[in-house]
Amino acid sequence: MVALEQDRTAGLALEVQSVSHAFDLHGAPLPVLDDVSLRAEPGEFVALLGPSGCGKSTLLRQVAGLEPPRAGRLTADGAPIAGPHPSRVVVFQDPTLYPWRTVWDNVALGLEAQGRLKANRGRVEEALRLVGLDKFAKAYPHQLSGGMAQRAALARALVNDPRLLVLDEPLGKLDSLTRIAMQGEIVRLWRDAGFTALLVTHDVEEALLMATKVVVFSERPARIKAEIAIDRPYPRHRDDPVLVDLRHRVLELLGLAESW
Amino acid sequence: MKAVQNATAFGPDGVPATDTPPAERLWLGGLAASAAWLAAAALTALWPDADEWGRTGEYASLLVVVGGALAFATPTLRWLGAVGKRLRAAVPWLLVLALGLSVWEVMTAKLNLLPRPFFAPPQALLEVYLDDWPRLVECLVASLKLLLTGYGIGAAVGLVTGVSIGWSRAVAYWINPVLRLIGPLPATAWLPIAFFAFPSSWSASVFLIALATGVPVTILTWSGVASVNPAYYDIARTLGASNRFLVLKVAVPAAMPHVFVGLFMGLAASFAVLVVAEMMGVKAGLGWYLQWAQGWAAYANMYAALLVMAGVCSGLVTLLFRVRDRLLAWQKGMLKW
Repeated sequence: MVALEQDRTAGLALEVQSVSHAFDLHGAPLPVLDDVSLRAEPGEFVALLGPSGCGKSTLLRQVAGLEPPRAGRLTADGAPIAGPHPSRVVVFQDPTLYPWRTVWDNVALGLEAQGRLKANRGRVEEALRLVGLDKFAKAYPHQLSGGMAQRAALARALVNDPRLLVLDEPLGKLDSLTRIAMQGEIVRLWRDAGFTALLVTHDVEEALLMATKVVVFSERPARIKAEIAIDRPYPRHRDDPVLVDLRHRVLELLGLAESW
Repeated sequence: MKAVQNATAFGPDGVPATDTPPAERLWLGGLAASAAWLAAAALTALWPDADEWGRTGEYASLLVVVGGALAFATPTLRWLGAVGKRLRAAVPWLLVLALGLSVWEVMTAKLNLLPRPFFAPPQALLEVYLDDWPRLVECLVASLKLLLTGYGIGAAVGLVTGVSIGWSRAVAYWINPVLRLIGPLPATAWLPIAFFAFPSSWSASVFLIALATGVPVTILTWSGVASVNPAYYDIARTLGASNRFLVLKVAVPAAMPHVFVGLFMGLAASFAVLVVAEMMGVKAGLGWYLQWAQGWAAYANMYAALLVMAGVCSGLVTLLFRVRDRLLAWQKGMLKW
């Protein structure tokens, strides 16, 4: 596996300080985040786990700088997050590739937008190789399977050498086999490149397999219920007894102990 | 994990491979068409005209040439490749065309069944093309120049306006009411005003054609930009895109399928305005030729010009389709309209 070379920068430190947020729904405020504070150390893999619709994705949009919080503060390496920046890249649940661009041109998007494409064309190819799509550089998105499209989206993020990779349920819509394969791949990419990763998921097993720290959220408005450090070596196995125990505990936190 | 799920998407364009018809049927069709054209030629040449027409001989020769060419092409159809394939598909049409020309010939030149001078025989049209072609070419060039100038300006202004409305709330606030008021008005309604407000009837016509083109292009571009998936912007913004990049590299290409619908509507509208403008004020062009021919009761000239006009309009529409297919190749297999 080839890692992206040159100006490799370690992950950044992300700090979320008592962030609260609400949406306006028919004139009445609908609180989605309630006094959320958490910290991701450089190079850490933090999974945000919670029931769907609890407000995790809102938090991610704030981390990406796409939306400001109503209250509280977010900082990257101590500097407040005021807007989007290519050092913090998001992979969304839908790959949202541009249908009018080939896979190659989609992956090149960030470099092109930053005006750095001419000098870095090789990196586009490298990123494509990294996710195993080098043979599909000239294909259009509608010719890709769901898994391949999500890989292309991953390459589009990685080509920018992000210091924080924000993953918003990136595997949520994939079939279970592709999902298992890509969980392993994302972990490998993270370990090779050294960025900080922030993963939103509602899949307990996925969080336990991938993350070094799992943050469990409550129902909306999202409040942090627990932070669980997972000190297990990679690659992890689903039947690792420690993980099985943790899974039980997390499901209990989510109020689903009965159903296991 | 490199398997392509949708294998057909990579396959060749989905024209189902038709079995080549057996040789006899191929020959039969081609020869029948050839025979029909030769028969039409014989009918034209051998049956004397009711009144003498100038170019009956030339017209018959033309029919012989077509019939002969078909006779020669038939045995080689198999080896003519794409041309042969299209020719094969056209055989029924060629047959009916020969039949139709014969009926036309008999009804007009041979039996004088249709009132003259309103109905001219085919050889009269040929006469116009043979004798008056310099003027027809001149008119054709004038029409194309006027049409393309107006259409080009209208399309460009429409595109810019549509993108601005779709992008900026302030622009939308000022432009939308104006668009709503004048948009539904046919561009030809401006004709009397345009002809005195502009220094020449030519510039007035350019304005009218541009207006007829610009309105649908503006509205469709605007709706295209407005319906862009907002996630496309989020992606580009997190990757460090400037506003300029968001407009030019995200909004515009994403809106292109809509823009082309507008361009097609604009083209159709521009034809209508072109003809009216040329009939009303401009002293050149195919519309003017039509008007002029009618004034002289030269109905054959009218039909001849009408035929040229039909060819030009259909040719331009085909051209626009080609451009669209090239620019929107990424849509292949996604949607068809």
